[in-house]
Amino acid sequence: MHDSDPLNHGHLLVVVNGRSIPMPEGSTVAAALLTANAPCRTSVAGEPRTALCGMGICFECRAVIDGVPHQRSCQIPCRDGMEVETQP
Amino acid sequence: MSRNFDIVVVGSGPAGLAAATAAAALGKRVAVLDDNPKPGGQIWRAGIHPDRHPDPAKARTIAAFSASGAELFSGHQIVNASGPGIVDAWVESTKTLESFTCDKLIFATGARERFLPFPGWTLPGVFGAGGLQALVRSGYNVRGKRIVVAGTGPLLLAVAAHLKEDGATIVTIAEQSSISRLTPFLGSLLTHPKKLRQGVRLRASLLGSPYRTGCWPVAVEGHREVTAVRLSNGARTWTEPCDLLACGFHLVPNLEVAMLLGCNIGADGVTVDENQQTSVPHVYCAGEPTGVAGVDAARLQGEVAGLAAAGDTQNAGRLYRRRNAEATFGKAMNRAFALRPEVLSLAQPDTIVCRCEDVRYRDLDAQRSEHSAWTDAKLQTRCGMGPCQGRICGPAIEQLFGWKNNSVRPPLYPIPVSAFCKANSARVDSEPNALPRL
Repeated sequence: MHDSDPLNHGHLLVVVNGRSIPMPEGSTVAAALLTANAPCRTSVAGEPRTALCGMGICFECRAVIDGVPHQRSCQIPCRDGMEVETQP
Repeated sequence: MSRNFDIVVVGSGPAGLAAATAAAALGKRVAVLDDNPKPGGQIWRAGIHPDRHPDPAKARTIAAFSASGAELFSGHQIVNASGPGIVDAWVESTKTLESFTCDKLIFATGARERFLPFPGWTLPGVFGAGGLQALVRSGYNVRGKRIVVAGTGPLLLAVAAHLKEDGATIVTIAEQSSISRLTPFLGSLLTHPKKLRQGVRLRASLLGSPYRTGCWPVAVEGHREVTAVRLSNGARTWTEPCDLLACGFHLVPNLEVAMLLGCNIGADGVTVDENQQTSVPHVYCAGEPTGVAGVDAARLQGEVAGLAAAGDTQNAGRLYRRRNAEATFGKAMNRAFALRPEVLSLAQPDTIVCRCEDVRYRDLDAQRSEHSAWTDAKLQTRCGMGPCQGRICGPAIEQLFGWKNNSVRPPLYPIPVSAFCKANSARVDSEPNALPRL
């Protein structure tokens, strides 16, 4: 990860579509989805989508977080053991 | 739940923080509401790593705000402003709707990136320019990625420099504006030495990455991920292999709260008087919603609004001259980065324009007629009906078709139906005859 990180942030594990992904503390779920190379959601026409605006307004980053659908993953910090799935 | 304050500020970016600090210093009880987890807005967005080039203005503004006594409510998303003295916020962490009442309202809701549709812009790996920067700040590692930065605006340079420092390779920066349009703006920077120094530092940090003016993206290549971006300078079109595209076409002000309150809006943004008061008495506006002009304009407008809303128009008056100079700078900037016609004709018939509802260009094009408007297009095609409520496709459609999104209504963001039930049952307990307000 960020090997130049002077503070050596701790990592936590987030499960994205069944795969464990280590993320630096303070990361958002959108960053975890991108790190896992997983789309956030599937569009109305069936296209895979990832976050666009990064600031909570485009809703492209909606994902299922700990079982709750349509969460804006760019506004939600990762927690250790969090389960994230691509929004169908 | 309802709370009362003398002044409520919506937005904790540079303008909102300056407004709140100024008003609190005059003894007012001030609340600041913001959707984001931390103060600073988008320009001073907090990252998971310490800033490599900390902005002294950011540290100073946030420290002054923290010491001011104003109360910060982060994670509060404004969903309604049913009158000049009342705003409702959805709090995701507690799944509750909270009301804030006040004598004076200052909204400093900032700006968002403008996006324009072109083939492939919905592919994973295509981000807003500021969008990718925000995602990197929140933990996405771009080390080793080849990135094309494209679109228009001063943000492109800042984003490219940031991404490079994070270990990405900046393949090219494609600025659609021409050198002849940019030159007068660069000239105007001479009277803003701080901005000039910043620009020079950013460009110097990007030596080795071409900054192409008069150059724009025409399509993204790839299937399920980006493999290349096609760029054009009008004379020729070529392919730049890359992993990611960071693309935004300058900024558009966030006007939803202003529209809901019925504030007059001009060509650049919300109309305000010399004290930042809008056409609605007791409602003030500061920063980008009055016209995109950058962080220095935002801080000064915020301070004027905070002082004036707290009754100290004398001290507010001392800031007029500096504030107006920043507004002039903003106008020069917006002229420099005005959109060229070519970038408004990139969408092909099957290009998606509304990403929420996957409405394609041809569906919207079929709605063109002498009297067509946003509402007709919305009803016929579902454009702007998804969860972003036209925030992304609206500004694009306005540029492409001339239809202005004027159908803003509460809730400003999708919230669970249960929120209404809870809010109304609480209200019924206290006011037996109250009608649901949302």
